[in-house]
Amino acid sequence: MAQLFDLALVIWLIALAVHITMARTDQNAIIAFIAFGLLLGLGWVQLSAFDVALTEIAIGAGVTGILLLSAEAHMRKARTSTKATGTKIAKAEASTTGTVSKATTIDEGRRIGAVGVITTAIACAAVTVGLGFAVLLLPNPAPTLAPAAAAALDATGLGNPVTAVLLAYRALDTLLEKVVLLLALVGVWSLAPDRLWDGAPALRPAEVPEPLAYLARVLPPFGVLIAVYMFWVGADAPGGTFQAGTVLAAMWLIVMIAGLRQPPDTALKTLRLLLVGGPALFLAVGLIGFIIADGFLAYPEAIAKPLILVIEAALTLSIGVTLAMLVAGPAQKAREP
Amino acid sequence: MTQLAAALVPITSAGGFLLVLAVIMPVCAVLAMLALNPRYSAPVAAVTLAAGLVVSIAIVVKLFRNGTALVYVVGGWEPPLGLTLRADGLSATMLAMTAVVITAAGLFAQAQYGLVLDKRHGRAPTTFWILLMATWSALNVVFLGEDLFNLYVALELLTFAAVPLVCLDGRAATVSAALRYLMFALLGSLLYLLGTALIYGRFGTLDLQTLSGISDGGPAVSAALALMIAGLLAKAALFPLHLWLPPAHAGAPAAASAVLSALVIKAPVFLILRLVLDVAPPEAAQFAGQILAIMGASSILFCSVMALKQARLKLMIAYSTVAQIGYLFIVFPLAAGDGELPAWGTIAWTGGALQLVSHALAKAAMFLAAGAIAEAFGHDRIAELGGFARALPMSAAAFGLAGLSLMGIPPSGGFIAKCLLLTAAVVNGHPWLAATILAGGLLAASYVFRVIDRALATPATPIQIRTAIPRRMEMTALALAIAAVLLGFVPLQPFAFLQIGRADAAAMVAP
Amino acid sequence: MTAVLAPTTLFGLCGAALVGIGLFVVLTHPSLLRRIVGFNLLGAGIFLVFGVVARRGAAAGFAGDPVPHAMVITGIVVAFSATALAVALLRRLLELTGRSTLDNGEPPDPEPRSKP
Repeated sequence: MAQLFDLALVIWLIALAVHITMARTDQNAIIAFIAFGLLLGLGWVQLSAFDVALTEIAIGAGVTGILLLSAEAHMRKARTSTKATGTKIAKAEASTTGTVSKATTIDEGRRIGAVGVITTAIACAAVTVGLGFAVLLLPNPAPTLAPAAAAALDATGLGNPVTAVLLAYRALDTLLEKVVLLLALVGVWSLAPDRLWDGAPALRPAEVPEPLAYLARVLPPFGVLIAVYMFWVGADAPGGTFQAGTVLAAMWLIVMIAGLRQPPDTALKTLRLLLVGGPALFLAVGLIGFIIADGFLAYPEAIAKPLILVIEAALTLSIGVTLAMLVAGPAQKAREP
Repeated sequence: MTQLAAALVPITSAGGFLLVLAVIMPVCAVLAMLALNPRYSAPVAAVTLAAGLVVSIAIVVKLFRNGTALVYVVGGWEPPLGLTLRADGLSATMLAMTAVVITAAGLFAQAQYGLVLDKRHGRAPTTFWILLMATWSALNVVFLGEDLFNLYVALELLTFAAVPLVCLDGRAATVSAALRYLMFALLGSLLYLLGTALIYGRFGTLDLQTLSGISDGGPAVSAALALMIAGLLAKAALFPLHLWLPPAHAGAPAAASAVLSALVIKAPVFLILRLVLDVAPPEAAQFAGQILAIMGASSILFCSVMALKQARLKLMIAYSTVAQIGYLFIVFPLAAGDGELPAWGTIAWTGGALQLVSHALAKAAMFLAAGAIAEAFGHDRIAELGGFARALPMSAAAFGLAGLSLMGIPPSGGFIAKCLLLTAAVVNGHPWLAATILAGGLLAASYVFRVIDRALATPATPIQIRTAIPRRMEMTALALAIAAVLLGFVPLQPFAFLQIGRADAAAMVAP
Repeated sequence: MTAVLAPTTLFGLCGAALVGIGLFVVLTHPSLLRRIVGFNLLGAGIFLVFGVVARRGAAAGFAGDPVPHAMVITGIVVAFSATALAVALLRRLLELTGRSTLDNGEPPDPEPRSKP
């Protein structure tokens, strides 16, 4: 029974992926992608990876979905208005439905062509077949670090091995990845025009649907509660900073999109401190490790768990703010004096 | 199960904390700049540059004294569960080269962004300082990291630092170049990550020291290595995957171009080097080496010709980058040796490493000189630069001296590098590679002389400086160019420093 | 039959298929936004391969090897960052040119910004 469920899930996933390739409009493709992400979350549950399942649903489907949908809507509007004004760039005439415009096909198609598409398709199929074999031929019994991770778990005081990998064994990866998130934000912000640079992003659509406004008033307290819970259990059970941070980000985004709160100026001091706080604390604890423990990013065994929890709390806030600001995009309104 | 012998348990060496500092100090600077008022960005960067330079020199000195690799086990968690940082001779050389070029780019940018006083704390300068520091950190992790996934994170860090640098001036053409660059870079990282997944599935470890003992990998390892190398090639912009590079490197602000061309594309090259020489089983390495050499030779020939055809100085220099990167890939068959000598004992290895460093210095010097020229005259169209040597003698000199290295004319680091490679090609019986090296040198001479010729021309109406530029900008470029020339006084033999930390690995390769 | 339907096999093959499909979208689709979605499909396929590797490595009382799981979580966050940056670049390109395609490798405008 479980196997049939897996089979159906896999078929659905592949069908959705094909649909994303073929869909006539980007909007359809993105909606299919969000469905894909939710199903993929189920797939991760079937693979007994609950931490990943939560992350996939929250970030892979949720926040990525919001980001792509709002970009698509924005671009469709921009293209339509270009067409309405007509003269500005004749080349970019996209059909109002957001389908593949003539200009787009010509511009990109010239380089690829029908033969190119077929060749690429064959090459991609070859990659799939080769990869399929490579996966089937993986050694049995599989090599694993699970015993090593389990053996070291005591030293961290944690119960969830994934959290131990992220915040202890491979803390350097996680620290650098936080910097990656911040850099993405720096990159996004740098795309604002010079005079607006330190101003605020604009998120609110022209008209807010009533249900959204209602949700924005009701949902956030629950969301925050869920986030706190996810963060708290993350030490010992599936869940943790990323998932909790994403829920926080989603709550803040709903509030901003519904217009209940304005997005802050990117130069706002509080915002900057929230962004930097988590990684900075992580780094600071890591450096203190030189003095109170075995070295950089080492924790003294007695207080390892509380230290990790404090870091996680700060990281959760920072991740939430970073993700929300990444979706909000570059500044579009000049800074208020 | 796995055929991997348990590697020696790595122990943090005395002074290993220097490696952590090399990685972490720029990160501290990034966080500080994000939190502080933009007016402190340049001073924070200046302090970090000075401190980072000192740390890099300290690492090199430490390595010289000890004669063994520096190791740091992060958090005390040993691999394969945990991560280590490790500096051998080659890594330390890369660290030092990176520190020098980044410092020069920083000095240049301090002068450049000081030009327009009211914009000093604006979008472009502030973003530049943050990204410059992030690039530095990412490069240091790439050179020191020992874990394939850690290296993936480092590569992504590098991508996220480098892409926004490309479109810092905000013009449509550079945004387009940045987007194209991002697409190539992401595809490259994902292919690399896929290979990492297969390696982990096969061996249960991603630690390079442990993986260097692979004797036979089977199809999964070959597939993994092929995917990883293909991904890294897209990032290294080797012909025919170079399409993204010229517009991206030419469109960035000069200080950023220097860092991108001199350093950023060296990171994937360095990793390919490690995968082929350290991880790949001998036969696979030989096969990969042949293909890489063919691509490298094509890069040299095709992109040198393209450089010759460019009307604009910065584009010409960018095409020259792709050509010069080609030399690094013809090292593989040349360094293969005859089995008695490990790869790092050959002159080709030393030649390749010298080419890496001398190209970094020369190319950074050239981009900075071109930046000074573009800043002063308001454009960089070669045809309209007649007689610029009279107006900007130092920039012209920097360009010419850097050119020596690219052409391979003595005295210069490029000369020694190309001479060693040429000798290796002749000795090992690769006449077509020898011919390529010579042809590449001639083509480089043509495109460099085309600019020198313009510089020394005496047009009817002498070229006028539009914006006065600070001396410091020109001097930075000249200093780098002189450093590239000074490399030419390295003795013509395998350089012992480059073999530090590799002696134990040599035993595994030699049959 | 059972061997084919084992979850690791099924999801491994699914991952392989997703990699192929994602790669195809990234390399050929005319819409840049769709290519960005394609990158996410490719990433999802790669993460599934990690997931299969992790599930196969179940031991020591864990239902999977936690190390690849942590890598996937890191990977998903990096993939999101990449999507955000790519989308921002694409929107900016549209804003500046009215086009949402890349020009064919044309060199950037020769004139550096004029200084006031």
